[in-house]
This record gives sequence, C-alpha cells and structure tokens, in this order.
Amino acid sequence: MSIDMAQFHQVFFEESFEGLAVMESGLMELEPGAPDADVINSVFRAAHSIKGGSGTFGFGDIAAFTHVMETLLDEMREGTREVTVQNSDILLKSVDCLREMLEATQNGSEVDQVRVTEFQQMLEQELALKAGDNSAALPGATAQAEPSTAAGWKISFAPESQIFQAGNDPLGIIRELAELGELEVETNTAQIPDFEQLESEDCYLSWTFKLHGDVTLEQINEVFSWVVDIADLKIEAIGEPGSTSSEASPAEEASAEKSSGNKNMPVPQRRTDDFGGKGADRRSQDRRSAKSSANSIRVDTVKIDSLINMVGELVITQSMLGLLGETIEENQQITPQEIDKLLDGLMQLERNTRELQENVMQVRMMPISFTFSRFPRLVRDLSTQLGKNIELEMIGENTEVDKNIIEKIGDPLVHLVRNSLDHGIEMPEDRLSVGKAETGVIQLSASHRGGNIVIEIKDDGKGLNKDVLYKKGIEKGLLNGDEVLSDKQIYDLIFMAGFSTAAEVTDVSGRGVGMDVVRRNIQELGGSVEIDSELGVGTKITIRLPLTLAILDGQTIRVGDEQYIVPITSIVESMQIKSDMVSMVGGSGETFKLREEYVPIIRLHRIFGATNNNDELKDGLLVVVESDGDRVGMLIDELLGQQQVVIKSLEHNYKRTEGFSGATILGDGTVALILDMPGILRLNKSMSKPSHIRAA
Amino acid sequence: MTVENESLIADETISRADQYLTYKVGAEEYGVKILSVREIRGWEPVARIPNTPTYIKGVLNLRGTVVPVVDMRMRMNVSEPKYDSTTVLVVLRAEIHGAERVAGIVVDSVSDVMNARSNEIRKTPDFGENADTEFITGLAEVDGKMIMLFDVDSFMLHADIFDAPENLEQIAS
Repeated sequence: MSIDMAQFHQVFFEESFEGLAVMESGLMELEPGAPDADVINSVFRAAHSIKGGSGTFGFGDIAAFTHVMETLLDEMREGTREVTVQNSDILLKSVDCLREMLEATQNGSEVDQVRVTEFQQMLEQELALKAGDNSAALPGATAQAEPSTAAGWKISFAPESQIFQAGNDPLGIIRELAELGELEVETNTAQIPDFEQLESEDCYLSWTFKLHGDVTLEQINEVFSWVVDIADLKIEAIGEPGSTSSEASPAEEASAEKSSGNKNMPVPQRRTDDFGGKGADRRSQDRRSAKSSANSIRVDTVKIDSLINMVGELVITQSMLGLLGETIEENQQITPQEIDKLLDGLMQLERNTRELQENVMQVRMMPISFTFSRFPRLVRDLSTQLGKNIELEMIGENTEVDKNIIEKIGDPLVHLVRNSLDHGIEMPEDRLSVGKAETGVIQLSASHRGGNIVIEIKDDGKGLNKDVLYKKGIEKGLLNGDEVLSDKQIYDLIFMAGFSTAAEVTDVSGRGVGMDVVRRNIQELGGSVEIDSELGVGTKITIRLPLTLAILDGQTIRVGDEQYIVPITSIVESMQIKSDMVSMVGGSGETFKLREEYVPIIRLHRIFGATNNNDELKDGLLVVVESDGDRVGMLIDELLGQQQVVIKSLEHNYKRTEGFSGATILGDGTVALILDMPGILRLNKSMSKPSHIRAA
Repeated sequence: MTVENESLIADETISRADQYLTYKVGAEEYGVKILSVREIRGWEPVARIPNTPTYIKGVLNLRGTVVPVVDMRMRMNVSEPKYDSTTVLVVLRAEIHGAERVAGIVVDSVSDVMNARSNEIRKTPDFGENADTEFITGLAEVDGKMIMLFDVDSFMLHADIFDAPENLEQIAS
C-alpha cells in the first residue's frame, strides 16, 4: 500500500509555518538569564514537530537543520545551557533560515545551501562552545564533550519485549543511527525462543552497534529518546580522538558530516554582520514568491459547525416549501392559509440565506495578529541595528479581517513601521536631550469602526516638520511655492512618488520609493491612509480598510438609463438641491455650501456620457460622498434600493476602468458597475480640464 | 493520387482543432477556432461602461461572471449595427497567461462549421493602412469563398480592449 504523501505536504507546510511563528514569538519572549520554562518548552515542541514532520515527509535537510536547533533548545530546557542574548539571537536567525528552507521546499525552488550550512555551523559552534564554557560548573559536560571527538561509539541496545506495542520500531532507530555515521550492527538473536513459544508481537532481539565518525553523545541520545525508558541502553566511547582530518574543528566537521550533500560548498566567510541587510532582503523576496501558493485557509471548527447548522435549516425550509408546492399542485388551487405558509417559508428562506451569507464571509475572516505577529521581531532587529531603544505596543490583535486584506496589508504595514523606526523615533541621546523617555514607543492598533477596519501606527518620535516638507515639495517640483496648503495637504506630500525627507538614505528606508506604493496598495484594497503629526511629539498614520473585499453595502443609483452602485461607506448624506445653493467657481466649476464647507459638484451624467439624463440641478439629487478626506457632491437622478452586493472583478475578463472598482449582478440578472470614489474624482478632473480648454 | 482521395484522407484525420465556426460581419465572412468558442447566444442588453470606445458595448452577466462584449461590426468598421432578434453574440474563451479569459463578440450571424488544415491556410496579404487586419491570422478558402481566420488570443491580449496582466508593483523597501 502506498499513500501519496504529497497530499499532506500543504498541511505540513502550514503547520510548520505556524510552528515557526510559535518559535519566533517564544524566542522573543525568552529573557536571557531567567527563561520561562513553559516558553522554552513550547519553542522546543514546535521545533520538535517540524523536525518530526520534515523527517516523515522526506525533507532530510530540514530535519537535520531543525535537529541541531532542537538540541540547543533541549539543553536550554534541561537547564544545562543558559539562555543568552547571543544564543537566542542565533536561534531566531535559524528560525528565519528554516523558514526560507521550508518556503524553498514548498515552491520547489533551490534551497540556499550556503546559508543553511552557515547557520548550521553557527548553531553547532554554539553547541560546541558549551563544553568549554560550562566545564567547571558541570563536570558531566566535559565527559560529554571530550569523547565527541572520539572515533566512534559502542552502543548496546536491548529493548524490552513489548517495544513494538509502544509504536517504536528498532529498524527506524538503526536507520537513524546509520545516518549519523558509519554503522556496524551486531544482532544478538540468543533470546529468540522456540517457534511454538514465539509471540509475533514481541521483540526478542538486541543489538550492539559500533558507530564511527564524529557523532556527539547528544545526537545518539536523541535517536534513542523515545525508547530510553523501555530498553536497556549503554553507550561507550571507543577509539582515539581525531581520527579523520585533524585540522578541521569538530563543529565544522560535524556540519560537513551532517549536510553530506553539500560537502563541497564553499565555507562562507561572512558571519553575523551581514544578516541584517542582505539576508533580510532575500527573506522578503522569498516571502513574496511563496504568496502565490498559499491559497488554503484554516477555519475554526466553531465557524464550520454554525455553517452546517444553517445549511440544515435551509434544507428544512426548502423541503417545507417543496411540500407546500406539491399540495398546491395536487389541489390546483391555493388557500389563504397556504399563502400565509408560503410567505412564512419565503421569509425564513430569506433569513437563512442572509445568515448563511454572513457566516460564509466569516470563514474568510482571520485575526489581524497574523499580520501583526511579525512586528515584534522586526522592531527588535531594526532597533538593535539602528541603536535605538524602542518598545512596540500592539492593541486589538484579535480584530478580524478578510484573508485577502491580511495577505496584502502586510508589506505596506512593514514599510510604515520601518519608517516610524527609522525616521520617527530619535536616537536615545536626542530623546533625553528634549526631555523624552529614553525608550521610544511605537503603537500598532487595529479596531473595527463602522464598516471599516482601522489600523493605526503611532510613534512618539520627532514628528513631521511641515516647513521641511514644504521646501522639499518645492525642491522636487511638486509645489510652486505660492500655494497655501493645509497641514493635511502638506503631510500628503509624503505619499508622492520620489519624495523622501530622510537626510541620508539608510538601509532601512529613505530611498523615496515606497510611500507612494504604500498608498496605492492601500487604495487598491479599497482603503485610505492619512497622516497626522505634531512636531516633536510624534506621528500617527491611520489606515482605513473595508472589512471584506468580496461583499459591499451598496446604494443603487440611477444615472440616465443606467444603474450604478455607490459603496454606502463612502456616502455622507443625500439631499435635494436647489439651484440657488450653487455657486460657480472659475467659470465652469460648480460648488455648493454644505453647512460650513464648500463642496464641488460632479455631474455624473457628464462624466459618464449617459443619455436620457436630466441635467437640471433643481430636479436632481445630490449624493455627498467622501474620498480620502475630500467631499464632493454627485448629481444623480434617483436613489434606488440599498443592498449588499457581491463584488465581481471587472479586470478578470476586461481591464481596469477608471472610476469603477468592479461590477455586481443585480437581482434581475443585469450587471451594474460599482463606483470607485477616488477614481470618480480623478475622472472628473481629467474630464473637466479639456472641456475647459474647449470652452476657452 | 487524385485530389478527391487526398481530401478524403484529410477528412479522416481532421481534428476539432482544425474546425472553425464561421460568422458574418456585414458582407465579410470570418472563421474562429471552434475550441475557442464557449457558446452562442442571442443578443441581450448589456451594462454600458462609461468612457470606453463605442465598439465596447458593455458587460454582460454570464452565469455570475462579468463578461465584456465587443461589437465586431463596429470594431471592424463594417455595417451599421442593428440589434434585433437575429443579432448573435459569440462567447469566446482564451487562455491568457494561465488564466481563462472570456469575452463576447457581436456579429451579424453565424453560418457554419468548416474544416481548414494548417496547410490550407494562406497568409494574410498586407493591405497597409486600408484595412484592419490585426486580428486576422490567415485566409482559408471554402467552396470558393474566402474566410478570414480570427485570432482569439491576440484579440484578447490586445492592449486597448483588455488588460495585459502585469505584475503589481511590489513595495520597494
């Protein structure tokens, strides 16, 4: 019987990535010197299951790599090794390396062997280091470390007869041993009874192994870790030390032995100094390429159960209606009671459908902590690199957001947090000199507000300098120098392409590409981004995103003969307009006064080129909408119904069309386009310009 | 060997890949690979997309998918478009960069299914600026009539009608 293991790969990768996240957050929590045993245990368990899984699925290099990490963690767990900043750092970097290996394996691409070997060596060096460090305190360690350079080991292994019942297979152990080095096996068959007395499920064999090569005692103990309680195990060192190549250090040799496939790989010269820069870049690239394959979703069983319940109700309603239909057909007439029953049934059907729809949407929702979880690490690494003291606060990590948004908001957020770290928070000495606490605080929060999710990135750094921004704007040719801009407009300059205020370009940020892309990406998700800042006090960036990308609360409007959908979230209010409320600006621009604000009017008929419209202001309806903080009034003919609409992509079969974010299918089966407010504003601008020229 | 024999053999070896659905746009007759045809429908009103060329009629709901409709009669500058009960919508499909793309074309009528092996297809002569031949892969002759073979792939890839799938710009660090 052969099982196609490939079908489980996806699950393995998902679990492994979750395990990596657990390891990462655990390692971040570990306090040097006084580690929490529970945390170490959880990190150890995660590493152990990754190792187990990768071994099972035949990803030998991942298993081997994790094994070394696990050994280190095991020593921490048992208290024979102290948790230091250095070794938890190495472990964290190894987690990254492991993630790269997993991603490469998942994508079927080449694993960066140089890097893997490099980390494996670092880990092994760390492991070897222990012997010298702790030899005085732990006499046992010397004994362990000393023979690790021995030529080999003699192991006698006599399992108890019921070893099979515990699910252990000596053959597997022997195979694992054989992977460690050259293995001589001597099987002792003396215990095998006569055939009549032989119990087929008992083990009567015992073995004596001779294992040659540079194998540490830990590695051997690891192999036997499952059976140590139910077997008689003796391990002795044999032979003289340093039998193979004497010039290589034990750690290097061990790594060469373990990653036997890459013996010929050049030993990389770079060490820790390079990880922040190049390593991080490569990591982010890898993450991008992996995105395409991550298309499954893990759903809480509670959500699934409630879906099943609802489908059950739906089926009941359906059969009730079916029965009613049959009765009516038989009688060839319908009684008033049956009409009532029919209406009841239809009402129930409607409710069921709506609930089902809401709950199906819930399946796509994930807590934003999936995105937030990478930031503690990012902040830690970057603040060390930049020499700043920064504390990260996270609020509302359990806020649920659509999976698509979770996937796409990660990169923009990373960019914004990096900016806060790099440009926002000052150096500790600068902070002290202006009377702030030495440690800067970055606050990352998520919350639901109305139909939106709001993500805020707040820092207590130096804030944005409006004068500098304004000057920079002139320098870059974005401003003429005679404009009077509101604070918001000045801050908005940051989102222009090619705009960077950093005095010098650093590795982290400041190249002037990015903020424009950040804003564009957020807008593509149907969201908006806003900056608020006070010089010397800090900066707050607010991102507003729709809860989901698949469904939207829409207001159906009529323009001429055509129907369109306006997202309800962007509607501020609707009103009847009288012509005396309108004043002309610059000849052709119309505005009206909405309380204290002058709001430009967009005549949708004109920019849509609709026919059969009524162009008279006094008969029209004005829908006031907000986009990116700007308010405009759209002149339409009629407000039709409000409904939830399923968003269908227009680009899938056609192309992106300015002014429309997508299409939907109305109750009567026809298609209606969904207006995209920022697009409508742009469309209006580009339309009104030529007409102005034409008029002149 | 006679000509008759040859065509007999050809008929046996002909595959669906060599079959073309022929349709009329004005007086011109076109053929489109039958494997690219998803379905043939009667004309029904579509939702107009503002600010697009007039030959893009709009979008249609094809069982839940939003499908653009191009009026070939207007695109090819032939015949005054009339929309009545005989107007036909041919729904075409093509694989563009690994994803299926669907679009409808409006034609005057569909006529027949014909066979044309690749060696029977002649190159499109260069008409210069006078004729719009950008979606024509070649010419085939059936019963003395010339049929222009319509290239669905290049039609769907055409930049001013359809979106060229491009990688969204990644955020630079």
